[in-house]
Amino acid sequence: MFLAFGHSRRVLGGLAALAIVAGACSSTAATPTAPPATPTTPAATDTATPAVTPAPTPALPSCGTAPVVLNAYFETGFDIPFKLSDEFTKQFPNVTWNISQDQFTNLTNSTPRLLASDNPPDLIRLPTMISLVKDGLLKNLDSYVTAFGWDKWPAAELLQNRVGADGIRGSGSLYAAGLNYSMTGVFYNKKLAAQIGMTTPPATVDEFEALLAKAKTAGLQPIMAWNASASGGGLAFPLQNLMAAYGPTQPINDWIFQKKGQSIDTTTNLTAAQHLETWVKSGYFPKDVNAIEYTAANSRFGKGEGVFMFNGDWQDAAYDKDMPGNVGFFVFPSATAGGPVAAMSAPLTYGIAAKAKNADCAAFFLNWVATNTTARQIDVAVGGSNPGGPSDLPVPAGPTGSVINDTLAQGSLVAKANGSMDFIANATGSIFAQGWTPELQKLVGGKETADGMLKAVQAEYLKELSQ
Amino acid sequence: MCAADRSMPETMIDRPDPQTDRQRPSRRTFGLRKVRRETLLGFLFVLPALAIYAVFVLLPLALTVQYSLYRWDGFNTPTWVGLANYTNVLTDPDLLNTIFNSFRLIIFFSLIPVTLGLVVASVIRRSATGSLGNVARTVLFLPQVIPLVAAGIVWSVVLSLSGIANQFLSAIGLDGITRAWLGDFDTALAAVGLIGTWVLLGLCTLLLLTGMTKIDPALYESARIDGAGAVREFLAITLPSLKQEIGVCVTVTVIAALRSFDIVYVTTGGGPGLATMVPGLDIYVLAFQARAVGVASALAVVLIILILVIIVPIQWLSRENGE
Repeated sequence: MFLAFGHSRRVLGGLAALAIVAGACSSTAATPTAPPATPTTPAATDTATPAVTPAPTPALPSCGTAPVVLNAYFETGFDIPFKLSDEFTKQFPNVTWNISQDQFTNLTNSTPRLLASDNPPDLIRLPTMISLVKDGLLKNLDSYVTAFGWDKWPAAELLQNRVGADGIRGSGSLYAAGLNYSMTGVFYNKKLAAQIGMTTPPATVDEFEALLAKAKTAGLQPIMAWNASASGGGLAFPLQNLMAAYGPTQPINDWIFQKKGQSIDTTTNLTAAQHLETWVKSGYFPKDVNAIEYTAANSRFGKGEGVFMFNGDWQDAAYDKDMPGNVGFFVFPSATAGGPVAAMSAPLTYGIAAKAKNADCAAFFLNWVATNTTARQIDVAVGGSNPGGPSDLPVPAGPTGSVINDTLAQGSLVAKANGSMDFIANATGSIFAQGWTPELQKLVGGKETADGMLKAVQAEYLKELSQ
Repeated sequence: MCAADRSMPETMIDRPDPQTDRQRPSRRTFGLRKVRRETLLGFLFVLPALAIYAVFVLLPLALTVQYSLYRWDGFNTPTWVGLANYTNVLTDPDLLNTIFNSFRLIIFFSLIPVTLGLVVASVIRRSATGSLGNVARTVLFLPQVIPLVAAGIVWSVVLSLSGIANQFLSAIGLDGITRAWLGDFDTALAAVGLIGTWVLLGLCTLLLLTGMTKIDPALYESARIDGAGAVREFLAITLPSLKQEIGVCVTVTVIAALRSFDIVYVTTGGGPGLATMVPGLDIYVLAFQARAVGVASALAVVLIILILVIIVPIQWLSRENGE
């Protein structure tokens, strides 16, 4: 014991920190034996159960009439799954819920262990999918796709939740479903926008940049944004919008889906990154943006600091509350007038554990969310996002004067242009933390060029894929 | 906690001796059997603690070393890669940078608190003996009592662009240097270090002050008779008498710097760029976000070795000179 006095709180903390790393590893060490058994057996037995009992016409998977307790893991801070589960129990009183919740980052870390446990969740908010599918921890939902007719929904809705046998996202079997489908773009403060003479949303990137310049000369903060490590580099939002404005979305999606031989370091992406660099140098972002966290950025925007803010419709309700009637939304324009618009859009992804005890009931719930009128209303009113589902079902309207109606309307433009993209931050488990965030911060700090940033992120991407 | 930990080994060693001495002359064989039984009994008493220590400290340590030799995502079958993870840690400029950052933090976590702690403790001992001294001691020690996460959040508000730190600077006409201290490439590491200084200064002061009370006041008296001033007194009496305490302070604070995690995680998350990324945080990111358990374990092992390489000589030096 060479530490003598060292047995203070802090040294014990040190040992604990090391032990946590190692201990967490050891807790997972036991699991490799479990997953190999899962992919084959449960997929076969579970999907067979509903079909076996009633002989000729297979009944739809359902929650039955006997009491069922759905074991669920939701994300802390988002009301929508909670509201939906309440409504579901109201309509199907035999179903009750055992809900656990955790922060998204914690979920990212613990999902594999939760899914591999003896009491795996029937329904869980999924941060990433590929590794979970590879490890056989997620239930293959293909049988539900045919049973419920999900294959008749717009294909783009299910695309991001499909994983192929080669471990590539975007095609193959379905492993998750969305509670709703988010939409990103540019929010604006209507009063401030009027002040700089914006009467209609900009039709081209040039027009948008002209507005930014006007805002700057008017002494306003042109864009409010977050870029601190704690919340991750929020400048990835405008960057990806610029990428889709100057180039096609397909290669960006391919890169995110980890298709072989893809690079983020392309000529059009370089143009996009150079525009972002110009915005930084022109002072369009707050000068302390590298220290601004997500919540702080939103609260500053809500208090009237910033004409524009790149964000997603999950923030609709909060903006409505902060600036009633004063917040608008437009999808980021194309480089050329009338060109195709695009936006990052992702399903609010929920999956079912491969070993889930009530998989049928969970799948029935997912189908209900997309098709039940009340559920779709909750989706729009609480979540602010398009509920998806069959294209012939009407999308419920949000409250009058709410920015929700703007985001829904703009979302249909993106759908028409087939311009939906996943987020470049989601390409690998740590490309955001290890790639985009530090590189975007360096770009802000003048320590990195647009070109260097794309090259560095691509190098990190390849390194992570090889690890 | 310190007292209990330190006294336990002493009683463990001390107790059997007088008893065996007592029994040895009369019934040697019986005595020996009794000694063996007592040793066994003693061992049984230690066993639960030993088992917990083995399961929660030694085993994870051994597993970390084992994982560091594999490429493993935490779930699939690990692949043996030998020392490749170590080569990775020692050649990847980003990973090396994290180690350098933690060395830079030693200035703020160790050098400044220990030096400043010596000065403050001397001042308190000389001129603030009464209730003023108690107040000063309490105030300085307070950061040790506040949870680091809470302190980190408050500090990030204080050091933000609109925070008190910048308000103060503007008020005294230093508008030009105001910035988001934790978000600026040039100041982020120093700002994180400052929080470390704030936390550890109290601990060092208190330890050194306690050490000073052990010094014989007659030494100071004779020094004063010989005409020594405050500085001379400090250099000739206080400093040499405190070698052991300084050793402890340096040990604790250097470890705090090298294994820093909480303050960095809460205030900067390693940013901007990788300006404040430290090994503790990187291990976490690598293991749980990148799922590169092998590289994370290798970095953890390198960190343990680094800490030992630095701490053992400090311990040896302070003990050697103290005795």
